[in-house]
Amino acid sequence: MRKALQVVAVVLALAIGASWAALGANRGWTKTSREVRQLDEVTGIEGITNVKAFLPGVDFLGAGLLIAAGFAGASLLFRKPKQTTT
Amino acid sequence: MKKQIVSLFVIAGLAASAVAGPLSFDFKDPKGVNNAQFKLDAPLEAISGSAGGISGTVTYDPANPGATKGKIIVAADSLTVPNTMMKDHMHGGQWLDVATHKEITFEAKELKNVKTTDTITTADAVGTFTLKGVTKEITVPVKLTYLKDKLGQRMPNAKGDLLVVRANFTIKRSDYGVNPKAPTDKVADEIDLTLSIAGAAPQK
Repeated sequence: MRKALQVVAVVLALAIGASWAALGANRGWTKTSREVRQLDEVTGIEGITNVKAFLPGVDFLGAGLLIAAGFAGASLLFRKPKQTTT
Repeated sequence: MKKQIVSLFVIAGLAASAVAGPLSFDFKDPKGVNNAQFKLDAPLEAISGSAGGISGTVTYDPANPGATKGKIIVAADSLTVPNTMMKDHMHGGQWLDVATHKEITFEAKELKNVKTTDTITTADAVGTFTLKGVTKEITVPVKLTYLKDKLGQRMPNAKGDLLVVRANFTIKRSDYGVNPKAPTDKVADEIDLTLSIAGAAPQK
């Protein structure tokens, strides 16, 4: 059980970190939309359209790492399996 | 006799166009390009967003750009930021209270320091800015670009002119009662506003 929780903690931390980095390593709060800009050639104005998007921020990274740390911490509640010597 | 009558109409037409006077530009853009952008750059957090619900009317005289007047309205509930929760807070009673104060407006009453080169005019627009029910007189540097007969290029089968208005200015949220007690290290007091809008004056 101890080993299983530690593996879950490491996998979760890596998955959270990798997905945060892969989705732009946004150092602000998590964004649920992003701006798409398109130039109007007649007026020279850049029109802004907001489209739905999930861009995880530092809150997402922090929460994920905290949960992973929780799993790692919980693993300490279980004793190490005794090593049998022959 | 017939030729003389036709000539008379042509001369009358030219004279009328020469003294056409101010044109009224409607800033409700059916293409949805018009926008206002805002940015608050606090030490701990930068917040930026935009608004698209723009309307209003500006009267502009190509022969006298210095006489330009008008009112631009931004629908308060069209202000958006990339985080849904933050947007809901921003619209709430403590911040913009969009349910009660539905419009953010700027009414230009006169232009000062007017400089016109060809179809481009730069000036300082003196007028009143209203946010969350608080009205203050401010001066906004503006750039007006008059695009004669360009309406048809944006809207097929339409004839008329376009007026592009650009402005960039700063206000303080504490001056307008926008959550003045909020810590300025997280939400800056100064709001940088950029307006990029085009209005249409269709030929009648």
